Amino acid sequence: MLKIHNLTKRFGGLAAVNNVSIEFEANKINAIIGPNGAGKSTFFNLVAGAMAPTEGRIEYQGMDITGMACDRIARLGIARTFQTTMLFDQSTVLDNLIVGHRLRTQSRLWDVIINSKRLRDEEKKCRARAQEVLDFVGLSHIGHRITADISQEEKKRVAFALALATDPELVLLDEPAGGINPEETENLAALIRKMVDHGVTVCLIEHKMDMIMSLADKIMVIDHGEKIAEGTPDEVKNNPLVIEAYLGSDEDAAA
Amino acid sequence: MSALTKISNFFMTPAMKIAMIVAALLFPFVAGNEYQIYVMALAFVWAIAVYGMNIITGLCGQLNLAHGGFFAMGAYALAILTVDHGWAFWPAFIAAGAVGAILGFLVGVISLRLKEHYFAIFTLCVGFIIYLLLDKWEELTHGALGIINIPAPSGFGLVDFTETTPFYYLALAFMVLSIWLASRIAHSLLGRTFLAIRISDDLAASLGINLMRNKVLAFVLSTTYASVAGALYAGMVRFIGPAEAEVTHTFDMITYLLVGGIGTLMGPLLGTLVITWLTQSLQFLEEYRMIVFGPMLVVLVIFFPKGVVGSFLSWRGRRLAAAHDASQAKEKAASNTSSSKSSAASTQEAGNHA
Amino acid sequence: MELFFQQVLNGLTLGSIYGLVALGLTLVYGILHVPNFAHGALYMVGAYVSYITMVDFGVNYWVAMLLAAVAVALLAVLCERLVFNPLRHAPPIHDKIAAIGIMLFLEALVQMQWGAEFRRMPTPYTDILDIAGMTIPAQRVLIIAGAFSLMAVLHLFLKKTMTGSTIVAMAQNREGAFLVGIDANRVAMMTFAISGALAAVGATLFAPINLVYPAMGHLLIMKAFVIIILGGMGSIPGAIVGGLIIGFAEAFGGFYISTDYKDIIAFALLVVILSIKPTGLFSKGVH
Repeated sequence: MLKIHNLTKRFGGLAAVNNVSIEFEANKINAIIGPNGAGKSTFFNLVAGAMAPTEGRIEYQGMDITGMACDRIARLGIARTFQTTMLFDQSTVLDNLIVGHRLRTQSRLWDVIINSKRLRDEEKKCRARAQEVLDFVGLSHIGHRITADISQEEKKRVAFALALATDPELVLLDEPAGGINPEETENLAALIRKMVDHGVTVCLIEHKMDMIMSLADKIMVIDHGEKIAEGTPDEVKNNPLVIEAYLGSDEDAAA
Repeated sequence: MSALTKISNFFMTPAMKIAMIVAALLFPFVAGNEYQIYVMALAFVWAIAVYGMNIITGLCGQLNLAHGGFFAMGAYALAILTVDHGWAFWPAFIAAGAVGAILGFLVGVISLRLKEHYFAIFTLCVGFIIYLLLDKWEELTHGALGIINIPAPSGFGLVDFTETTPFYYLALAFMVLSIWLASRIAHSLLGRTFLAIRISDDLAASLGINLMRNKVLAFVLSTTYASVAGALYAGMVRFIGPAEAEVTHTFDMITYLLVGGIGTLMGPLLGTLVITWLTQSLQFLEEYRMIVFGPMLVVLVIFFPKGVVGSFLSWRGRRLAAAHDASQAKEKAASNTSSSKSSAASTQEAGNHA
Repeated sequence: MELFFQQVLNGLTLGSIYGLVALGLTLVYGILHVPNFAHGALYMVGAYVSYITMVDFGVNYWVAMLLAAVAVALLAVLCERLVFNPLRHAPPIHDKIAAIGIMLFLEALVQMQWGAEFRRMPTPYTDILDIAGMTIPAQRVLIIAGAFSLMAVLHLFLKKTMTGSTIVAMAQNREGAFLVGIDANRVAMMTFAISGALAAVGATLFAPINLVYPAMGHLLIMKAFVIIILGGMGSIPGAIVGGLIIGFAEAFGGFYISTDYKDIIAFALLVVILSIKPTGLFSKGVH
């Protein structure tokens, strides 16, 4: 599905991601973990096309997408969510989701001016897709609410729905369970699993270890920009390098 | 249903639109004197420009501080073509709109690669360059003297637009057309695309939206609105000078936009009318209006960033949502299903449809 | 050759004032990420405070400068507390609009109080010096020396004092500074105070060879923005170097090309540079 070859990103002299190679399989939950500042978010930004890598190659479904612009990568089927959920607070939840399917439509300014049939059809299609993904994430009962008035966990789900509305095959989730309570985290994990059951490949960054260990099929551990381990949760859990990285960073944090 | 809800619902109906247009059509008959009609026509012309600003700043979220400059550019394009090159009004008017679009495209392609603050600062500088050029490039613009004897719009022998009332109807027609187009854009997929960019560049790009193409489109639309309004303004006041490009006009338009409600459909019109008439009724304020407007801008962005229309829409949205919830609850109670359904269970259920 | 050196002197004079004003702007941007459009108005208020205290109250030039610095510093802190602090989590358009609101208010207020007419600020230093065959007005020497010594003082303050290094730390890493327990409010107020004082001193130095009027800050603030974009937003050395670049470009451009378009040079330079490199000339390219 996604093959990364020797991916490197340097800022000035500093390598935020250093020579990382990994392969993510389709229809699996892949997790990326590592101490704060290890380069996880940079890694995501590289895959999603928000930044161009300094070196290395990113291959998605056999296609070389290295350095491709963000919006083109999205159209190829890679969607993402962000650490902070970004939604338009003043409109309704459903209204927020309609734009998600925009990338699968063709209407231009001229269609808008003459209110063409194509535009009307595509608007119907986008609305239908928005309703569908809203149902999928279990929020159809709050589609009419003003987004500012819904809970943090609901906002996370809306962000998932927005990503799903783009019809992705791979979804990158950046700390999906950040800032929500344990029970909500479990529900969210169930939702992630459901996404995979419906044929979406998931790749996520997360700090909540319990969640990762029970959820992920494959884990990659990054520290100081370098991959130090990969494997199943059990393999990673018992890897001495991983234990050291985490203990080391704990000491750093305590100091 | 409470009276308040009924009134607020009425605001959203086509009947309200018709009522507003009828009121505008009747205004010259109820106006006390010709001067009031003139002020209203001028407010309509400014409102057109404010609708342009609303597209790039309100919908797309990019604070364009060169907007007054593009307004002046439209006015000058019309004035130069008619006075110095003997063009008839309407061809010159169309050309002025085209000038706004082309220059908007050129400026947009460069400036929109810049983010947030850089874009605002850059456009502030562009506005100032426009002012300096109009002021100093005497061969083209007549310099500080300005251009006089600009023809009024030609009425093809049917109407005389040098008269205030006919011009009022002309301005009204153009404004209604502008609002109609703005509403088409705002309510379409295109408007939603712009709005996604306003929320965040990163989010929009991750949704497969081509940032540059959409931002430039919004910018060109806004500068075209501005230059069309400027050309109309030149045909109304009949003489213009470099002062039309002063940055204070841009700041005035920001005030109109913010008072009415940034990013809303009726906000630009409401804000322009309210502030114009407020300034008129406080004549002594004309020169010092910024003593009131300056702090008002600050208070608005801190306490009422949504403006009049935006606040109304949020209030209404909340009421509708609450009403919807209430009716759902009633239905549930009536069908007497197991009352305590956990949200997790409903998630499962809803998922089966997908 | 003499004319050439005259332009060098002009460039230095302009550049040092631009640098001083841009420094205040870049400090505030570095700490709070607010492009303070009201900074030019603070500069203007500084000039008026000096003017009024000197002309109406007969205060000594240097005392007037000090009073202006204190008054504008307080005004800047007031702006931070009342306006920018409440807006620190608002969408990015809001703080810019609020800054514009402050600017419009201050200008209108000054104009109502003292009128729109141009005034000439008196200076005790009216001598014309004759150095190596060049005639140099003493005020220009004062501007250059004053501005650069103030920059040096500021540099020492930022490098050697606790408060100064806190400001630098926060400019470099806001979240990090927060974690190690820096009082963000105090730093923000301090930064605004410094930026206001710099603007007032700059105005008092520069006004005697220029004019005092309500819109005097307009052009300057726009040039200061050009400078900090050139020098990298938030960079202190960048502001000084950028100030000199613009100062020299104007002095020589005005002399050798056209005085009419002298003021356009800075903006044209900005347009050209940003067209080639959208992140500015000296930015490190991380953000």
